[in-house]
Amino acid sequence: MPAVLPVSSSAEVFVSGKLRRFGPPLLLISPSLILVGVFIYGLMGQNLWMSMTDNHSAAQANGREPISVVGLENYIGLFATEAFRHSMANLLLFTAAFLIGAMVMGFLWAWLLERPLPGGRFFQTVYLFPMAISFVASGVVWRWLLNSNQGDSASGLNRLFQMVGLDFLQNPWWNNITFGILAIALPAVWQLSGYVMALFLAGFRGVPDELREAARMDGATELQMYRLVIFPQLTPVVMSALVIIAHMSLKSFDLIMSISKPANYQTKVPAVDMFLFKSSYDYANSAAVGTILLAVVAVLIVPYLIHQYRESRR
Amino acid sequence: MTAAAHLSAPSGTPGPGAGDDAAPTGGGPRRPSKYTVARTLRYLLLLIGLLFVMIPVYVLFITSFKGVGDATPARAWLLPAGWTLDNWKAAWDQLAPSIGRSVAMVVPSTIISAGLGCLNGFVLSRWRFPGADIVFTLILFGMFLPYQAVMIPLLELMLAVQVPYGIPSLIVLHVVFGIPICTLIFRNYFETVPEELMEASKVDGAGMLRTFWSVALPIAVPGFAVVLIWQFTNAWNDFLFAVFFSSAANGPVTLALNNLANGALLTNYGVSMAGALLASLPTLLVYILLSRYFLAGLMSGSVKG
Repeated sequence: MPAVLPVSSSAEVFVSGKLRRFGPPLLLISPSLILVGVFIYGLMGQNLWMSMTDNHSAAQANGREPISVVGLENYIGLFATEAFRHSMANLLLFTAAFLIGAMVMGFLWAWLLERPLPGGRFFQTVYLFPMAISFVASGVVWRWLLNSNQGDSASGLNRLFQMVGLDFLQNPWWNNITFGILAIALPAVWQLSGYVMALFLAGFRGVPDELREAARMDGATELQMYRLVIFPQLTPVVMSALVIIAHMSLKSFDLIMSISKPANYQTKVPAVDMFLFKSSYDYANSAAVGTILLAVVAVLIVPYLIHQYRESRR
Repeated sequence: MTAAAHLSAPSGTPGPGAGDDAAPTGGGPRRPSKYTVARTLRYLLLLIGLLFVMIPVYVLFITSFKGVGDATPARAWLLPAGWTLDNWKAAWDQLAPSIGRSVAMVVPSTIISAGLGCLNGFVLSRWRFPGADIVFTLILFGMFLPYQAVMIPLLELMLAVQVPYGIPSLIVLHVVFGIPICTLIFRNYFETVPEELMEASKVDGAGMLRTFWSVALPIAVPGFAVVLIWQFTNAWNDFLFAVFFSSAANGPVTLALNNLANGALLTNYGVSMAGALLASLPTLLVYILLSRYFLAGLMSGSVKG
């Protein structure tokens, strides 16, 4: 029997050529693609479905009782409760304070350290070190610092205020119902300002020396040079820093758990609600809060990623 | 060595003589004093920042060495009346098992996710396929994902595939959710490696695996340093996954520390402060000894690096 020689059409050659070229790289990253596909995108979908069910009890969570789909009922229910609206308001306040604090502080430090200065490296190293510490560890000391006791029983920052004669600054910190969450922004700023500084420093160093020289040649004062020449160059850094800090802020959980207590109404945010719902086996509401967080973060991140994608295509 | 130079760039000090601000161009006699004032102001502001950053450190440090009766509100900010190691001993006794578990969790998860990230970064930058940019962007989104949005089904999934609660679960999670950042760091790293290096290997007829093994991997060492340090710090400091996937009896040190602190009485903060320092020691050491790589990892968080 003479072997029938395979007569491959040009299309087949094309396909097999493509396969030979692109098959190996796809194969190489397929473990990661499957993991990311399942754990991130698959579970996001699963979570969305879960948030539209009536899975509110341990029996249902364990599969001993049936679950049925209820549509958007959980979302409507959440926003109808004052407690959850309080969480959302807290999140907004916290994010605003955290963003403003970290951006201003980080920018200021970077500006001060942007030009060579004896000891500059030392300041940089110290400013950045809180980034290496967990929120839980810093929460231990900040819980002590933000102790709400005043007068004779005051410790923490309130005691410090007394010692330096600034008694009027004493306040209940996170124990204030409406603005308590702002006290938690203080340790968040403490922890992340160094990061923002590092981002801005990299931005400053990206500005070509010729631009500075040109500005000086044109007779610009130092302030004019910064305002008209250098600061505009930092726009991409500002965008990056805003996105990074804002998304960290929206996900904040560790700090609040370790400084306040999860059950404390004053400092509740959605991430804490999510944990509390899960602890009481109310998986449906827990999933709904998770999806709400995802939506809030996505509004911020998706345009940023699309922008980055377009840049990388160029 | 361009690649190594790039990695060190963010932390590199500007070269000598780069724009020394003490050298004004139109130097009149009044100029130096103006610059002295400016410089003094700079130092003053920097010192205020230093104070802000160091206050919590001071408190942690002094309180951790205070005896039980010494940590009263009235003496809150004063140095210990008598320095004692009791808190440190107590904290070590309570945290040692969980520190061991943290090590057992961090080491494998860091190595595995770095390996996966290296493969992905190589493919997505130097051995591309159609749609590689879209795949990369989709992976990248995982970096910003609020894990709360997958947590409930994640609990069910881990239960269904029967990964034991505790450290084994956490290893899997740190590997999976570390993929995006590790991929990003390696992709950006390989992008800085001259393309000709890989092209030469391709022209020689070397396959992808051989190119990866004999060309890409050997030059990826600085990339590994950045990724390993980043993943180590992240996994060591994680609290969210620890809360959902372990308990104080089988969880990492962050969970044990939080339990320790929550159990502490107001007058006995010493043990939890010593515990906080103990739990932070590994990441702090890494930061102090390898700050260049730590910083490079941080900068990669801004996507463009």
